[in-house]
Amino acid sequence: MDAWYNIKAIVKRELGGYFTSPIAYVFLVIFLLLAGFFTFTVGSFFERGEASLVSFFTWHPWLYLFLVPAVGMRLWSEERRLGTIELLLTMPVTTWQALAAKFLASWLFLALALALTVPVVITVNYFGDPDNGVIFAGYMGSLLLAGSYLAVSSMTSAMTRNQVISFIVSVLILLFLILAGYEPVTGLLSRFASPTVVEVVAAFSVMTHFEGFQRGVVDARDVIFFASVMGFALFATGVIIRGHRAG
Amino acid sequence: MIRVENLVKAFGPKLAVNDVSFTVERGEVLGFLGPNGAGKSTTMRVVTGFYPPTSGKITVGGYDVLENPLPAKRLIGYLPENAPGYADMTVAGFLNFAAELRGLHGDARKKAVGRVVELCFLQNVLYQDIDTLSKGYKHRTCLAQALIHDPDILVMDEPTDGLDPNQKHEVRNLIKHMGEKKAIIFSTHILEEVEAACSRVIIIDRGRIVANGTPDELKARAGNAGAVHMRVKGLAAAALTEGLSRLATAARTELLKDEGGTVELRVYPDRSRANGSLTRDVAELAAQQKWGLEELRTEEGRLDEVFRAITLPDTVKAQ
Repeated sequence: MDAWYNIKAIVKRELGGYFTSPIAYVFLVIFLLLAGFFTFTVGSFFERGEASLVSFFTWHPWLYLFLVPAVGMRLWSEERRLGTIELLLTMPVTTWQALAAKFLASWLFLALALALTVPVVITVNYFGDPDNGVIFAGYMGSLLLAGSYLAVSSMTSAMTRNQVISFIVSVLILLFLILAGYEPVTGLLSRFASPTVVEVVAAFSVMTHFEGFQRGVVDARDVIFFASVMGFALFATGVIIRGHRAG
Repeated sequence: MIRVENLVKAFGPKLAVNDVSFTVERGEVLGFLGPNGAGKSTTMRVVTGFYPPTSGKITVGGYDVLENPLPAKRLIGYLPENAPGYADMTVAGFLNFAAELRGLHGDARKKAVGRVVELCFLQNVLYQDIDTLSKGYKHRTCLAQALIHDPDILVMDEPTDGLDPNQKHEVRNLIKHMGEKKAIIFSTHILEEVEAACSRVIIIDRGRIVANGTPDELKARAGNAGAVHMRVKGLAAAALTEGLSRLATAARTELLKDEGGTVELRVYPDRSRANGSLTRDVAELAAQQKWGLEELRTEEGRLDEVFRAITLPDTVKAQ
């Protein structure tokens, strides 16, 4: 019960922290503008003449590449910079509760940003007759994708008290996770590596696992992939935080 | 309530704390003194469970902080160095957050917040963001957070740092008052603070305890503790010195001032014989010789001298 109260208190504080500063609003506006830009202009939503959100979801791995680290970069680096980590972790709270709560709060914030894109769903339903099951799967995949990115950002944020470094390292890692399964890269790789190697490398990519969701296929393997990226990155975050204190 | 046994804390090859042991019971206020980087903050961070010790055993209220950290942490209120606070929160929001993490909800939480707001004089800044506060208010906000659950044990790292003299006085009184019912550890650079608030002092230097005792015991270790300070008018210094040298209990005299017919002297006791009688002996001698005594007092010895004597020589050598 205590654990639940602790997590609730920290989630509330973190979310409050987003909305008392302009960061949250700036982020939401930028996210919606970019999502719209990619969907309608770059993704030629209307020209496709399809009642689907393919042009919307396709861009999410790239959109999140910069936006999620922007949310996650402050998670732990800010605590360390302000010294509040010392307060937080000397409260009757375990490291794991603090870790999970801070992650959950940011994930909820990203979920809110994603929820604000619902007008796109309404638009596509107004103009045509899309398969809303596919759209739902797309949202689910997008949320898992955002969570995985966020967990990686949480990890890089624990490494340094400098938010800029945290952001850059996070983007680099995420870029790798994208490119490992990005077609031009796998194409290049397949020219001098065996198909098995290409497949193994691609299996590490979020692209490969996000693809199914866009087509409306919720494959347990893909869900497990995202869950394990989150699990691993959060575990690493905990180890890093403990490492700082152990000296 | 706090028991530290053979605590060692290393950061890489550097030993920040090297074999430190002490205990603090309820009703005790323990002052931690030491030069910067001596290991005061590190020791406190281990006691509060922020740093795991490299070796040694720390129990708080009977709970081992490594094996049973949560019940131990529940007993402690902690004011870290530099009084950190969430910059984007209001004072009220921050205190409510701290109360929730301390397991206080509903009415209990409201009561607790109200109590510490009053105790730390925060009424005027309750709805101000923490990063807009002056250093004194920021410090008190963090102190309020440490007191919110009325803990049995208080650990405070430089609780008066950055406060103005009035606030320092308030906080010292608060510590002294709370020390009657709680076990308190606090660190400071200010020696008067130790005399004003502590029942016991530990001096740490380069990770080791170099002195442990009551403030009076430590003061007695000063070179001039027990010496007699005297001021005489209308007599030559040489005559006085000559007269004093005949006293069996005086080891030597030191001329402090000789101007305008006023002479100030310090008489050091011969420690093997004086036994605290030097002041009386000097007074009797002065009466006998009909010296015009203007002032006569026993020097107590000063903590800063003891502090320097204990910590300085080695620090200089190390450089």
